[in-house]
Amino acid sequence: MAEAPSLALRCTELHRYLGEGDGRVHVLKGVSFEARRGQVYAIVGPSGCGKSTLLYLLGLLDQPDGGSIEINGHTMSNSDDLARTAARGAHIGFVFQFHFLMLEFTALENVMMPMRKLAKLAPADMEARAHQLLESVGLGEKTHRLGTQLSGGEQQRVAVARALANEPSIILADEPTGNLDVKNSGMVFDLLTRLAKDHGQAVILVTHNPEIAQRCDVIRPMRDGLFV
Amino acid sequence: MSPNFHIAYRFLTAKKRAMLMSLSCTVLGVGLFILTQATTSGFEEFFIKTILGTDGAIRIEDKFQDTLRVMSASAGTDFEVSQRDGVKYIEGVEEPKALIKELKNFSNVIAAAPVLRGSVQIRSSFKNETAQIFGIEIDEQLRVSDLGKQVIGGSGALARFRENEAGAIVGRVLADRLQLEVGNSIQVVIGSELTRLRVTTIFETGVQDIDKVRLYVHMSQARSILKKPTGVSFVQVSVFDRDRAPQTAAHIQWVLHHHAVAWQVREKTWLETFYALKLSSAITVSIFTLIAGLAMFNTLAMIVLEKTKDIAILRSMGYERSDITRIFLWQAVIVLLVGAVVGCLVGAGTTYAVSHLPLHLTGIFKTDTFQVYWSPWHYLAAVTTAAIMVMIASLFPARRAARFEPGDIVRGTAQ
Repeated sequence: MAEAPSLALRCTELHRYLGEGDGRVHVLKGVSFEARRGQVYAIVGPSGCGKSTLLYLLGLLDQPDGGSIEINGHTMSNSDDLARTAARGAHIGFVFQFHFLMLEFTALENVMMPMRKLAKLAPADMEARAHQLLESVGLGEKTHRLGTQLSGGEQQRVAVARALANEPSIILADEPTGNLDVKNSGMVFDLLTRLAKDHGQAVILVTHNPEIAQRCDVIRPMRDGLFV
Repeated sequence: MSPNFHIAYRFLTAKKRAMLMSLSCTVLGVGLFILTQATTSGFEEFFIKTILGTDGAIRIEDKFQDTLRVMSASAGTDFEVSQRDGVKYIEGVEEPKALIKELKNFSNVIAAAPVLRGSVQIRSSFKNETAQIFGIEIDEQLRVSDLGKQVIGGSGALARFRENEAGAIVGRVLADRLQLEVGNSIQVVIGSELTRLRVTTIFETGVQDIDKVRLYVHMSQARSILKKPTGVSFVQVSVFDRDRAPQTAAHIQWVLHHHAVAWQVREKTWLETFYALKLSSAITVSIFTLIAGLAMFNTLAMIVLEKTKDIAILRSMGYERSDITRIFLWQAVIVLLVGAVVGCLVGAGTTYAVSHLPLHLTGIFKTDTFQVYWSPWHYLAAVTTAAIMVMIASLFPARRAARFEPGDIVRGTAQ
C-alpha cells in the first residue's frame, strides 16, 4: 500500500474577526484544513466567505484570533513576527491575483529576490536557478526585461517562478488566474500544478473559476466562514 | 551588494524627481554650511593673525607687588595700582632684560621684546594729533611682530629707520591726518618738552585704532621723550602655539610674578563677536539642512505610500521588518552620501571662488579680498549636521513602512 504524502500544513479551528466596533465581522468561524505535499487544493466559494482571509492566515501574513496553524509540524499561530517571517521565507511561496511583481526589477531579479533573502545559495547558483525557473515558465528569453515590459500573463508566470524560488513546501495562490484571459489562465494553472507536483509541493489556491477548481485534486467549498 | 541596498537603490532611482529634490537640498545645505563657516572663520583668522602680528600673543606688564618692595617702591613714586581682587601691581616691567632672559626657559615662547609706551602730542606743519609713542628695539620687535611686513616700502624703509636715531615709523592713518610723508619732520610734545623726529617709514596694520595713534621710535629716543631711563611699559611675546597662549601666560605670571595677558583675553570682545557671527550663520544655514531633511521625509513618505504592495511582497518572501526599515534608511543614506560628497565639492568650489572676490575692508583689519579659512572641521560639521537632519527625517517613514502588516496590504486595508 502506497504511503500517504506527508502533511505540509494543518490548521485547526481557525477564527478570525475583521473590522472594529459595530463593523466587526466574524469572518472565519472555526475552520480546519490539511494540505499534503504533491496535492493541489482549491478553496472555492462566494465573495466574502473568508477564502482569502483563510489563505493569508495559512500563509502567516495575518494572525488568527483563535485556533492553530502548523507548518511542516511546527505550530506557527502563536509565534512572533520574526519566526513567522522566517517560516514564510523558507516554507511558503505566494502567487497573488495582481502578481505583485516589483516593477523596477527585471524578471530575473524578481525571481532571485526571495533567494537573496534566504541566502542559502551562492549568487551564481541563485542566478542559475532563477534562469532555470524562468525557462520552466517559458520566459527564458525575457529574463532581463523589467516588470513593466512584460504582459499580464508573463508577469503572473514570473510570479509563479518567484513563488517556487526557495523550493517551498507550500504554494499559496490567491486567484492566480483571476486577472488573466482563458489562454493565460490555463497556462499559469498548468505551470503551478506541474511544477508543484514535480517538486512535491502542496498547492492551495483560492479561485472563482469552476474549470480551474475542477482540475484540482481536492475542492473545498466555503460559505459564511466555514467549509461546507 | 546586499539585497536591502539593491532594493533601496532601485526604489530611489525610480523616483528621480523627488530624489533630485532631496539631493539638491542636501547639497545646498552642506555647501552653504561650508561656505559660511569658511568666510566667517576666514575673517576671524585674519583678525587673529593681524592682532598677533601687531601686539603679539602675550603681553607682560605690571609686576606683582612684593611686600618688601612696596615700601621702597611706594616711598617716592605712585607706581602702585590697586586691583579689584585686592592684588597690587607695580606698573610696568622694571627689569626687562632679566625678564626676557627668564622667558627663554618657557617652551612655548619664541621671542620677547621690550616696549616703552606713552601718550604724546604730535605736531606737523598742518595740525596736531594725540598719539601713542612706542619705544622699541627694532630687531627684537621684528621677532615678536609682523612690523616688517606692515611697513610700506619693505626692508629699505626699515633700513632708513635703523640708520636714523631720530627716525619714526608712523601709522598710516596718523600720517594721513597730519599730511605726513616719508622725510617730513614732526615735533613730539609732552608737557613743555619738544622733540623733533623725522618720518622714516609709514606702517599699516589695517587696524584703525592702531594706525591712527601709533608711532614707533627707537627705545633710546622714547626713554628721552618719556623721561624713563629704566624699565619698560610691557614685554611683547611671540609663541609657537598660539592656542596655548593662555596657559603659557598663566605659567609666566605664576613663575615671574608679572601680570601676563594672552591675546585671547586681550581681544575677548572681538573674538566673542566673531564667535557669535559664526554661530548665527551656522544656525541660519542649518535651516537649509533642515529643509533637506524635510525633503527627504517627503520623498520617503511618498515612496512608502507608493510601495506598500512591494513592502507586502517583500514581507511575504521572508523580508523582516528590520529589512524594510533598512531599505528605506539606505535610501536616505544614499542621498546623504551623494549629497555630502557633492555638497563638499560645491562648498570647496564656492569657497575658492569667494576667496577671489574683491572686497576692500579696513577697520579691525585690512583686506582687499574675501577672507576664507580652509578647515576640515567645517566639512565634518556640515556633513554631521546634514546626517542628523536627514537620518532623523528618514526614520519616521522607514519605521512606518516596517509597521505595515502584509496581510492588511494584500487585503487592501493597510493604513
